Amino acid sequence: MSDHNPSDAGASLEQNLNLFLQGVPHSMALGMTLEEVGDNELVIRLPYSQKIVGNPETGVIHGGAITSLMDQACGLAVAQALAPTFDITPTIDLRIDYMRPAQPGQDVLARVSAYRKTRNLVFARGIAYQQNRKEPVAHCVANFMRMGLSKLPWQQLAGDQPQ
Amino acid sequence: MNLSETLEQCRADNDYQTLVDAIPYARTIGMGCMKAGDEVIFTLPALASNVGNPTLPAIHGGVLGGFIEQSLQLHVMMVMDTPALPKVIDLSIDYLSAGLFRDSFAECEVLRMGRRIANVAVKVWQGKKNEPIVSARAHLLLI
Repeated sequence: MSDHNPSDAGASLEQNLNLFLQGVPHSMALGMTLEEVGDNELVIRLPYSQKIVGNPETGVIHGGAITSLMDQACGLAVAQALAPTFDITPTIDLRIDYMRPAQPGQDVLARVSAYRKTRNLVFARGIAYQQNRKEPVAHCVANFMRMGLSKLPWQQLAGDQPQ
Repeated sequence: MNLSETLEQCRADNDYQTLVDAIPYARTIGMGCMKAGDEVIFTLPALASNVGNPTLPAIHGGVLGGFIEQSLQLHVMMVMDTPALPKVIDLSIDYLSAGLFRDSFAECEVLRMGRRIANVAVKVWQGKKNEPIVSARAHLLLI
């Protein structure tokens, strides 16, 4: 990817996380945006759109789009947890529970955090909700492997990773 | 045609692509469906919009998850007596190796079909079927 300039070293964590997200074609195709970067947690928005509808009779979005949202959000939370260094961290597993159907016409928010990191792994979890955080649509846990390419400066991420 | 009618038609024709095409999300990720005798194989083409890591490049893990969910739902719908779109209750995905930028295939196996809940396993492969890149299992609510 050469369509955006990697940030300079002085860029904020939020700017870097945004660059990371914008470097992921599928997440951009679904219109995901970084909504909030908190203290060890972040929020990503998945806008409602016709192209992620799973049931054409009700307009309810497909769980698969929520899986993409949660995987993306957890991956970003892992990057947040490893900052200021950056590492390639593939998902090794992901478990998602659907607690209630998403309401058609409404965006979905993923609020996730990486709650434990070790030398080799990072553990993340979070919820997906719409209007009310206390009534989540889904709950997710996902574990990530650290490839050990850490010590990369952030400006090398998202497009400038060494092969 | 509603989904049930579409399914009836697909059963009659032994061609389920119309059913896949009736679902917007399945179209977005470019899913297909092949019949090999009585077996059903779902396909996920290597589309630019399905990429997660453009440097490798690799298919987005979330897309593989979505592909699995859609495959599970359609597979269960195909084998049910009274067809309705089943709801995924939970899904556990193990990513065994990176999904390279090439076509992926999925096959489902119903391990238990209860009256209300089905337990289904899925394997996704790219090159060779006996070298899966993703293994998953899920529970689906049938009512």
